[in-house]
Amino acid sequence: MMRVFVEGIGLLGPGLNGWPASRALLTGDAAYVETPTVVPASDWLPPAERRRTGLPVKLALAAGREAFVHAGRDAAITATVFTSSSGDGENLDHICTTLATDDRDISPTRFHNSVHNAPAGYWSIATRSQAPSTSLCCHDASFAAGLLDAATQVAVDGKPVALITYDQPYPQPLHAVRPITVSFGMALVLTGQSTDRAFATLDVSYGAAAATVTRMPDHGLERIRASVPAARSLPLLAALARAAPAVIVLAYGDQHLRVEMTPWPRP
Amino acid sequence: MQPLAINHFSIVNALGSGAAAVARALSEGRTGLARCGFETVTLETWVGEVAGLDAVRVRSDLAAYDCRNNRLAQAGLEADNYADAVAAAREKYGAARIGVFMGTSTSGILQTELAYRRRDPQTGALPADFHYVESHNTFSLAKFVQRYLGLTGPAFVVSSACSSSAKVFGHAARMMAAGVCDAAVVGGVDSLCLTTLYGFHSLGLTSRAPCRPFDVDRDGISVGEGAGFALLENILSTGAGGGMRLLGVGESCDAYHMSTPHPEGLGAQLAMQHALDSAGLTAADIDYVNLHGTATKASDPSEDKAVHALFGETPVSSTKGATGHLLGAAGITEAIISLLAIEHGLLPGGLHTRTLDPQLLSNYLLANKQARISRVLSNSFGFGGSNCSLVFGRDT
Repeated sequence: MMRVFVEGIGLLGPGLNGWPASRALLTGDAAYVETPTVVPASDWLPPAERRRTGLPVKLALAAGREAFVHAGRDAAITATVFTSSSGDGENLDHICTTLATDDRDISPTRFHNSVHNAPAGYWSIATRSQAPSTSLCCHDASFAAGLLDAATQVAVDGKPVALITYDQPYPQPLHAVRPITVSFGMALVLTGQSTDRAFATLDVSYGAAAATVTRMPDHGLERIRASVPAARSLPLLAALARAAPAVIVLAYGDQHLRVEMTPWPRP
Repeated sequence: MQPLAINHFSIVNALGSGAAAVARALSEGRTGLARCGFETVTLETWVGEVAGLDAVRVRSDLAAYDCRNNRLAQAGLEADNYADAVAAAREKYGAARIGVFMGTSTSGILQTELAYRRRDPQTGALPADFHYVESHNTFSLAKFVQRYLGLTGPAFVVSSACSSSAKVFGHAARMMAAGVCDAAVVGGVDSLCLTTLYGFHSLGLTSRAPCRPFDVDRDGISVGEGAGFALLENILSTGAGGGMRLLGVGESCDAYHMSTPHPEGLGAQLAMQHALDSAGLTAADIDYVNLHGTATKASDPSEDKAVHALFGETPVSSTKGATGHLLGAAGITEAIISLLAIEHGLLPGGLHTRTLDPQLLSNYLLANKQARISRVLSNSFGFGGSNCSLVFGRDT
């Protein structure tokens, strides 16, 4: 078991416009209505870099930035774990379409944006952070893998870590074989010690204990959770929004990730 | 960090299949690079292609995973009795207590490129034999390896371009230190595909000749493919001493540019210093540095500045003239070459380099050198300014 403290949250999803505005929707105190995800243009990157970025970069930067503002922590010295199932599907489709023709000239910008760690690269440029950063993929369990890895880093290295997860729908024809329905980005700033900003603890354990995966009571939010790997984080966000002790179970390969959320300081 | 034992590893690339073949090729100064005749590619460049993959099929129970990348993964798992060693570890630790952490940059994307040529002319749909989960998704490599080896512990893919399969050592070490798993299968696989060949070409980064790291006339990389795996265990649980060790891992970001390294190599230097710190060593303790050494105009000077600032006259070389640049598999490949260098007392000289760039100050080896060495640092740097350095050593 590893204990981490939550200092900041960032959230962008369909009808979920930032953490403060989303809390009542996640607790069920306000009715959830699905509207397209609004991804604000980031003024964090230099204009030349900004023009080159795809939606996943914007999603990751916006969610990450909100979490750091919430945490009051300096992104320039904080390690990051990025995790996504699908990366930039629009860019990938464009490259594969071009390569299927006789004219195989793909654009250099599209090529360097095709790496799975493109958001991490742009993040590092935007925040001027030289701190360690990783970029993970674990298909449907990408959020669980990222959370486990981030908690492990906090526990072993004793330093704060930001977890940033994002996914974007594929265009056709890939959408037909991998129907991710909406764009979703979420970030958590995690630390190993209690700070003035910490408002919850997460006790993260990995194991085989028989458990039922936690779902969202609201049908609309549950549909999003089930179809978007990054949105597998919704039950944890709902528990954090309710600010009442809760156990969240995430599917992770042949086993599970169990997250015990407790408000901090203890109620 | 707590040093970890590496008693089993495997390697397959254009130099050959298995550690013995690769060590022999290195000692003979042989290259695996050849003029690119891959698939329908018409570029004037050289590649490090693994022969015979078109004839390989993955194990029949995993048929849905069949693609060039997973065939190469299987070839790696079967080399050097690696799968047998993992089977023994599975008996010892339990299938759920062994993690699988794989690095790749493009996974099975070649399969997707080929499927896009066979889209339904009416509907645009991909062919029915396209397997998204098993060949396209970046995680497909780790899932294949996990299933091939019968493991059920924590798993993921690290995909940070050309540092991917170096970084997996750090992830595994942390997972083991935190008690999430008792042992780890780490490694990486990247296979030739059109995206990387045409992509690096679009950036003007592919050489028209076999790549010449640190040469005054270097003009880019030679893309290669390969697989490599190592089994990480806690030293106390492996009994006998005298084996190879992972001693340190250092990671950093450039915070500079997506596809060009920091001109002064600041991110690279940070990663190397972190790796030394994590090993509790100083630069003077390192006997040889296996460079990232891609042979592009911009990246060799950047790495040279960082390496020379830290290591001065320590011998260094890039083995990419022999293997090509294995991208997401470069980290594990050069990690294993570092272990072979220690095991065989062989500091491999860089191939194809005729005239060292006088601007570059490091002690770059142009010929093989025999010496008993104990510790090696290996560099892997990737797009997005992602840097990782590893320190390996012999148990003394």
